[in-house]
Amino acid sequence: MARTAEKTNLTDARIAALSIPGRGWSVPAREDAVNRLRAMGLPERRDEYWKYTRPDTLTQVTPEPAAVFENDEAPLFDGMDRVKIVFVDGVFDAEASDDLSLEGVRIERLAEANSDLHWARDLYGTLETNGQTPVARPLAALNTAFATDGILIHVTGAASKPISIVYRHESTTSDVILHHLIKLDAGTELTVLENGPAAARFNKVMEVDVGDGASFHHVRAQGRDHERRAATHVFARLGAESTFKSFTLTVNGVMTRNDCVIELTGDDASAHVAGACVGDGAFHHDDTVFITHDAVNCESRQVFKKVLRNGATGVFQGKILVKAGAQKTDGYQISQSLLLDEDSQFLAKPELEIYADDVACSHGSTSGAIDEDALFYLRSRGVPQAEATDMLTLSFLAEAVEEIEAETLRDEINTRMAAWLGRRRG
Amino acid sequence: MLSIKNLHVKLEEEDKQILKGVDLEVEAGKVHAIMGPNGSGKSTLSYVLSGKDGYEVTEGSATLLGTDLLDMEPEERAAAGLFLAFQYPVEIPGVGNMTFLRTAVNAQRKARGEEEMSAADFLKVVRAKAKDLKIDAEMLKRPVNMGFSGGEKKRNEILQMAMLEPKMCILDETDSGLDVDAMKLVAEGVNALRSEGRGFLVITHYQRLLDHIKPDVVHIMADGRIVKTGGPELALEVENNGYADILAEVA
Repeated sequence: MARTAEKTNLTDARIAALSIPGRGWSVPAREDAVNRLRAMGLPERRDEYWKYTRPDTLTQVTPEPAAVFENDEAPLFDGMDRVKIVFVDGVFDAEASDDLSLEGVRIERLAEANSDLHWARDLYGTLETNGQTPVARPLAALNTAFATDGILIHVTGAASKPISIVYRHESTTSDVILHHLIKLDAGTELTVLENGPAAARFNKVMEVDVGDGASFHHVRAQGRDHERRAATHVFARLGAESTFKSFTLTVNGVMTRNDCVIELTGDDASAHVAGACVGDGAFHHDDTVFITHDAVNCESRQVFKKVLRNGATGVFQGKILVKAGAQKTDGYQISQSLLLDEDSQFLAKPELEIYADDVACSHGSTSGAIDEDALFYLRSRGVPQAEATDMLTLSFLAEAVEEIEAETLRDEINTRMAAWLGRRRG
Repeated sequence: MLSIKNLHVKLEEEDKQILKGVDLEVEAGKVHAIMGPNGSGKSTLSYVLSGKDGYEVTEGSATLLGTDLLDMEPEERAAAGLFLAFQYPVEIPGVGNMTFLRTAVNAQRKARGEEEMSAADFLKVVRAKAKDLKIDAEMLKRPVNMGFSGGEKKRNEILQMAMLEPKMCILDETDSGLDVDAMKLVAEGVNALRSEGRGFLVITHYQRLLDHIKPDVVHIMADGRIVKTGGPELALEVENNGYADILAEVA
């Protein structure tokens, strides 16, 4: 397709409004990213992977303002033993954060990291660049070029507690770009938690290099601010016998686009990506997942559940690519929506592309209303309709939440979801 | 206790009359049984009384202790003391059986203006009652009815009944899908709940359940009406001769 002048203008305008921060080791990768971004151009509605999600508010020079969601409940993960790292509208808050020290882990900030971080220089933008083919992800290239900060985590042992990144949102006009790098050496373990709305508009990239036999667990909750917008990317590369598990909870948010790009490069690795979202009214949530099997006997699972009401929109674009030679692949993908009224919609595009002959891949996608028989059963036991609907909503989301391995985290997410649903009921 | 007068019910979606004038009085402390051939309207009666969607009452009334049932939401009927043991209990993934039971018990208490049961008290009571029904801790933890055998599902219904302590219990074909041992266990559970202040309406095809839950009164239902009422001997008559004789007699 011929590239439009609009696309060029849009891209040039956005780049002109930004500047590469600092000097230092990341500059060559950033300059490369600017060039790549110019070449591919920012996304437009006519681009194949943006058919269901309008990219304009994510690409325009000035973000739409977003009110800060006021609530008095304790932030998620508050009671947990963790290393807390706080950003307020993208600015690191040293006072609110813990010491960036954890046994078996080296934690630095992108904005401060000095030039001796060879691993970071080698990784920064690398997985993002790989993840640009076959599908371009221009917002991620923009991120690599212009990220102002982020966390660099090098895991050399088994981390004794999770690293928890908290994104506070205080300014109604903040426009934030953060880029995290995580490298797990062979045989190591790490859990990363993320929560909070971050900004009026948030662009985040996380590159995760999971070494042989290492395990990475990721649980995040995107903030409940109704007007916030976010475009996030996770790029992961998995070594042999490694494990990657990522779960995302999204409640509210006028625009969310979460891309997850995973490449299984070593034999016997396992990648699970799951999402649970609850949207009401002006809510648009898009999960775009691309998992590439490029090794033998790997397993991947995609489990996405969306509850939509009052005209909310959910999108799922999920792909499993099995390359030639990736025999014994076990791929699974399910995307389901629970539509609580007729105004809401769910748009799903599952894709399988398989070049090996000894694989098992299954996928399914459904949209449905609440199960009337189950609703009547609960009500006949005395549970009021609204509460029964919430119970069935949690029931619907359960398969995604169960992808979280740690029971304490699973319970934390379930308890929160139940409380949020209950609060709406009043 | 339960008073049904001249109840006429049709399907909401189509012009089909299912109940054509049912009259029935169940007194406190008594067990009434309703028997009848397939399609006579027995299950419809249980659904209409408990408030399932899809039915339209065109005439008549149904009251529980003088309160109009037909005007209430299903959850209000439950809080007022009505309980339906389902023929096909519903499986609900992701909701723990225990959570479900406690939510139900406390929702009813709240609706009646009573104090809610604490987690500790609830646990104590549910464990004792579950033990009587041979329901183990594992079954209590599992999602509601998920992976339960037919017998386990029916025992779980009786456990709910025991926890909710209703005034009026309707059992819809509780014997269906049960072997003799499972049926005995369920019947024992029901018999343990028989009391002065509680009424039972047992809906069944077969007399064998009534060997274990002895009824005071037996009704025969056919074509949307109660066509004959008698004592326990009426159930035996059905067992020996089938419905044909009785239906011919009242025709």
